[in-house]
Amino acid sequence: MVLSGWWYQLKMQAQSGFTVLVALIQPLIFASIAMADQQAGNRTLPLLYYALGAGIMGIWSTVVFGCGGALNWQRHQGMLEPLVIVPAPLVLVLLGITLGTATVGLYAMGATLLWGWLVFGAHLHFANLPAFVIAVIATVVALGLLGLVLGSSFVLYRNSNALSNALEYPVWLVCGLLVPLSLLPGWTHPLAYVLAPTWGVEALRAAAIGGNPWLPLLWCGVSSIAYLGLGVVLVRNVERLSRIHATLTFQ
Amino acid sequence: MPRGQQSIGESAIDVEQLWRTYRTTTGTLRRHRLEIEAVRGISLQVEPGELFGLLGPNGAGKTTTIRVLCTLLLPTSGKVRVRGIDVVDHPGEVRRQIGYVFGGDRGLYDRLSAVDNLRYFADLYGLDPRQQRRRIEAVLELVGLKGRGRERVEGFSRGMRQRLHLARGLLHDPPVLFFDEPTIGVDPVGAREVRQVISDLAKSGKTILLTTHYMFEADSLCDRIAVIAKGKIVAEGTPQELKAGVRVGAVVEIEAYGVPELTVQRIRDLPEVDSVSTEVREQAQLLTVQAQEGSQLTGRLLQLLEGVRVERIAAREPTLEDAYVALVTGE
Repeated sequence: MVLSGWWYQLKMQAQSGFTVLVALIQPLIFASIAMADQQAGNRTLPLLYYALGAGIMGIWSTVVFGCGGALNWQRHQGMLEPLVIVPAPLVLVLLGITLGTATVGLYAMGATLLWGWLVFGAHLHFANLPAFVIAVIATVVALGLLGLVLGSSFVLYRNSNALSNALEYPVWLVCGLLVPLSLLPGWTHPLAYVLAPTWGVEALRAAAIGGNPWLPLLWCGVSSIAYLGLGVVLVRNVERLSRIHATLTFQ
Repeated sequence: MPRGQQSIGESAIDVEQLWRTYRTTTGTLRRHRLEIEAVRGISLQVEPGELFGLLGPNGAGKTTTIRVLCTLLLPTSGKVRVRGIDVVDHPGEVRRQIGYVFGGDRGLYDRLSAVDNLRYFADLYGLDPRQQRRRIEAVLELVGLKGRGRERVEGFSRGMRQRLHLARGLLHDPPVLFFDEPTIGVDPVGAREVRQVISDLAKSGKTILLTTHYMFEADSLCDRIAVIAKGKIVAEGTPQELKAGVRVGAVVEIEAYGVPELTVQRIRDLPEVDSVSTEVREQAQLLTVQAQEGSQLTGRLLQLLEGVRVERIAAREPTLEDAYVALVTGE
C-alpha cells in the first residue's frame, strides 16, 4: 500500500501544471544560487559540489511544501477522512504520500544538475556512479520519512502550511547545502547532524567528487529509521487528537 | 468469538448515551471558549440486515453521529459499538467491517481516473491484487459507471461522482454501510438510481445506516427511522409508527412579504398554535402554521399580519412532512 500511495501521488503531481512549472523554473534559480556560491567562494571546490547542494535544496523545498501542502490539499479535497477510515495504518498511507512527494523533488534535483551543466558549465562527472545512485535513493527515502514527521503535525493544524515557509530556508543553511558545515557556528552542528539533508548531500558529494560516501549513507539510514519511529508515534497521536478535535475536515 | 464476527442476538450497531461536544474559541484579542453540544445523549440499536434512517434538519447532529460510528470522531462520552467492536478502543477492526459513503463533490482524486481511484483504495483496503480488477469492474457496473472507468474524475458530473463514492464504499464488500446524505445535490433521476442501489444492498443483507433530511427518502427506503433534532432523538419507529404517532391538526399556509420576526413570534404564542416554520422563497416568505385540530385561526392571523403584504393564506390537510416539521421544531 505504500508503493500504491507513492505511485498515485507521483501520477497526480506529474499531471499538475503548477508542479511541472515550478519544477522547471525553481531548479534554474537553485543552479544560479550554486553558481553564485562558487563564484563568491574560494573556487577550489568544483561547481558540482554546489550544484548537488542546490539539488538537495530542490528536494527539500518540494518535501517541506509538498508534505504540508499535500496534506492540506488532501483535506481541501475531502480526502483526509476517506484515507483515515481505511483499515491500513495511517502512517503507511501518509508514508506513500510523502515518498511520492520526495520523488517529485528528485526531478527538481535532476533539473538543477542539468541547468548547472547547460547554463553554467558544471562537469557532471561522478567518481562512483553506483554509490551516487544509492545515495540519491537513500536521500529521497530519508527526506520522505522526514516529510512524514512534518506532515503528521500538518494534519493536526488546519493552516499549518504557513510553517512550510519558516522551515525551508533555515534547513538550506544549517545542513550545509549552500556553504560547507565547517563555515557555520558550532552550535548549529548538532541540529545539522539530526537532519537527513546533511547526510544526503555529504554522501552525494563524496560519491560524485571523491571521498567515502558510505559513512554519511549509514547516518542517512540511521536518521531514516529514527524518523520512521518518530513518525509512527506522532501519526498515532495526531490521528487520535484529530478525532478529538475534528480537524480531519475544514468543516 | 473473534472480533468482527457477530454473535446471534447482537445488534450490528449499538449506541448508548452518545454525547459529542465541540470546543472552539471565538474572538481575536479576547478569546472566548465556546462549547457546542452537537449530539446529546443519543441511544439507538440497528439490527443486522436492517436499513435504518437518521432523519433530521441541517445541524441536527446526523453527520456527527455517523462520523463517530465510522471512527472519524471520538465521542465525548457514551458507548458505541459496530458488530460488537468498540469504535474507540479498536478503530482499525471497525474500519474493516464498514464502508462509508458521503455526499458532495469532494472526496475523490480529480486528476486520476475512476479506476485509479478505486485501485488505490483497493490497495488500502488490502484487497488481493488478483481479485481487484474483477471487483472494480463489478462495483462500477453495480453503480452504473461501466465503461466510464478510464475517464478522469474531474470530468464527472455530480451524480457520477456520487456513484463513484458508492463504488469505493462497496469495494471491500463490508457487512455494514454508512450513507451520509447520499443523494444531496444529485439530480432526481440520479438520486432515484442511488436509492435503488441502496435498497438492493439492503435486500442483499447489508446493514445500512443512512442520514437524510428528505422525509420521503427515509419513508421509502428505511425499515426504521430515528428523527433527530438539536442533538437528540425525538421520535423513533417504523415509518408507519411515526406517521401514526404524530398528531398534526390544522395547517395554515401564509405567503407574505417582509414578515417581522416579532410577528412570527406573536403567531407562535397563540394558544392553539403548535409550531410555526418559515421558509424563504425568492422575495416572499412561506409561513406554515401548525395548530390544534379544529382551530379557526385565519381571522386572528390576518389581524397579526396587519401592515404586512399577504399574497395568499390557505388552510390545508396536514402531510407527513408537517409531522416531521412538528417533531424537529419540537413545539
